[in-house]
Amino acid sequence: MNTTMKRMMLATAVAALSSGIAPAFAEDVTLTIESWRNDDLSIWQEKLIPAFEAKNPGIKVVFSPLAPTEYNAAINAKLDAGSAGDLITCRPFDLSLAMYQKGQLTAVDGLAGMENFSPVAKSAWQTDDGKTTFCVPMASVIHGFIYNKEAFEKLGIAVPTTEDEFFAALEKIKADGTYVPLAMGTKDQWEASTMGYQNIGPTYWRGEEGRLALIAGKQKLTDPEWVEPFATLAKWGPYMGDGFEAQTYPDSQNLFTLGRAAIYPAGSWEIAPFRAQATFEMGAFPPPVRKAGDECFISDHTDIGLGANAKSKHPEETKKFLEWVASPEFADLYSNALPGFFSLSSAPITLQDPVAQEFLSWRAKCKSTIRSNNQILSRGTPNLDTETWISSANVINGTETPQQAGERLQKGLDSWYKPAAQ
Amino acid sequence: MTTLDTAERDVVAKRPIRWHIAIFLLPAVLVYTAVMIIPLFDTLRLSLFRIVDGQSVFVGLDNFRTVFGDPLWAASFWNALRNNLVFFLIHMVVQNPIGIALAALLSLPVLRFRSFYRTAIFLPTILSFVIVGFVWKLILSPIWGIAPFLLDIVGMKAFFAPWLGRPGSALITVSLVSVWQNIGIPMMLIYAALLSIPDEVLEAAECDGVTGWSQFFKIKLPLILPTIGIVSILTFVGNFNAFDLIYTMQGAIAGPNYSTDILGTLLYRTFFGFQLQLGDPNMGAAIATAMFFIILAGVCLYLFVIQRRIRRYQF
Repeated sequence: MNTTMKRMMLATAVAALSSGIAPAFAEDVTLTIESWRNDDLSIWQEKLIPAFEAKNPGIKVVFSPLAPTEYNAAINAKLDAGSAGDLITCRPFDLSLAMYQKGQLTAVDGLAGMENFSPVAKSAWQTDDGKTTFCVPMASVIHGFIYNKEAFEKLGIAVPTTEDEFFAALEKIKADGTYVPLAMGTKDQWEASTMGYQNIGPTYWRGEEGRLALIAGKQKLTDPEWVEPFATLAKWGPYMGDGFEAQTYPDSQNLFTLGRAAIYPAGSWEIAPFRAQATFEMGAFPPPVRKAGDECFISDHTDIGLGANAKSKHPEETKKFLEWVASPEFADLYSNALPGFFSLSSAPITLQDPVAQEFLSWRAKCKSTIRSNNQILSRGTPNLDTETWISSANVINGTETPQQAGERLQKGLDSWYKPAAQ
Repeated sequence: MTTLDTAERDVVAKRPIRWHIAIFLLPAVLVYTAVMIIPLFDTLRLSLFRIVDGQSVFVGLDNFRTVFGDPLWAASFWNALRNNLVFFLIHMVVQNPIGIALAALLSLPVLRFRSFYRTAIFLPTILSFVIVGFVWKLILSPIWGIAPFLLDIVGMKAFFAPWLGRPGSALITVSLVSVWQNIGIPMMLIYAALLSIPDEVLEAAECDGVTGWSQFFKIKLPLILPTIGIVSILTFVGNFNAFDLIYTMQGAIAGPNYSTDILGTLLYRTFFGFQLQLGDPNMGAAIATAMFFIILAGVCLYLFVIQRRIRRYQF
């Protein structure tokens, strides 16, 4: 009894003492990051947050992810109720824009380090007029083709750089018969658009030039820039596996990682999972240009950003964290921790993974753009993005001609979208 | 018996309000009201509103005008309704006749291993639709599927096609998978109806020389017609509410090219949104209301026109 009393008194005294002393050193501030990337929890806890905390004593950071499918609804509810964390992971385009318009996100224009990001990188988190940015761009995914190096060596195929070489290579693989030339199916439809149309398309509509012209109403989806990629896509069909119409996305992934296919039209997010499964060496090449010497364009699609909750109790510390996220140090740490998700910073970074490094190197050679229909053009019904999936799959399946596809998409867009310029 | 009846009547006269009935009904009424009736009426209400500049505004039947009048909306609605009709007709033409045939076979007294067949055929019905959807997707997969493999063994590989991926065959394939899963229900209901036919009737038929096929068509079938009516209306309601199997096999986008899109998947995409498309609860409610009236019309047609003409026999 007596000893217990003593211990308790001691504990109380220590507690009182420490709480009395702590304010003299300024209390630790805890920042909470809201995110949907629960796959990245260990990366944040083990690599990113310790790096920040080491440099900024007095600030503690907690990464608290939600399930990806619940994030959109949950974060909106939390922001409305005022219970959201200090830092909000931003989905690209309209979802975050709505938060900013409701006054839930702070503008980040004046932040140190924002000069590290190109206009394309910031476009996903800007107001429609492009004047205000409200999230720090974190990462993008790049489209291209991943190929089986062993297959290419065995068949004596050089990495194709032009479209003619690309189809010549496909023809050679098909003639040989050991490998399925292209690992892609049209069952799930989105690959046909995301990995097909949006992958090879920027070369035709000249990246940002065409994308912005489309938004401004100066180009139409019935113009050759937008119809020709469909025509090229239609030629992929014969090189895809038997019964590709019912081949799903996981089917294609397995077909490639099992070494049964030679070329995989890819997004860079595949790199890490492919690395874990494939036993052969992989390489990557950017979407082939139409004629040798043509300028190349890549889809460098903005995917994740980080913004500050306008109602945060610690605006100064939040700002400090965002500045760190905008710094080259974060760019390097993040891109290496997650091969396939590339920091959008223009600061030079080197990646350990050779395939990821190959993808990243295209940024220097080619012009970047984002998926043509994600900004502004997917706000109405029928949804242009979804309709592009369907048309891309139809064109490959041969149930729609490229011209019909262009006309159908433009008709759907015209039904609700009125360009500002006209 | 009679004394008890008068005693009971006396009690009723003394206590005209029988509270216990209301109290016993209350939990069910409360739960049913909370989870069915209120949402139903709220959906009807929601379909009359629209969000304009962040405010919910009463627009009358404007949403319905959009669904049926706007060329793009109307195209997807009629496409979904047409697909839904095909889905229903395949069930009526394939599922119910086969269900009746199976029930007739099961009720034959000479059949051995009857309970085994009964269980085996009923088993898919109690499986989750997710399992059924994924298993069939795998069976029919052109790459790993067992269907092309088996056809190859018997030299009929040429007859295999990626059925789920072709606009012409996808809806039929999905419908047949649904038939495979649900065939146990008509079979069991009709089997029970067949068993309840009194032996005297069948014996009398045999004495009159009515046996075999003619016994089935002349004696048994007329006696199970009311059950077939019930099975049809259950199929109708189930099919026009269907969503799950299409969602697991073809995705919310009901591909290829919306060829398997039925009212349920259209409602899902409209109400909850899909990928970059944001959900529109008001338009979704309008589609849900249209579905409600389609089902209501079908059920009324059955109740007031067909059911009254079915002759019932009492033994």
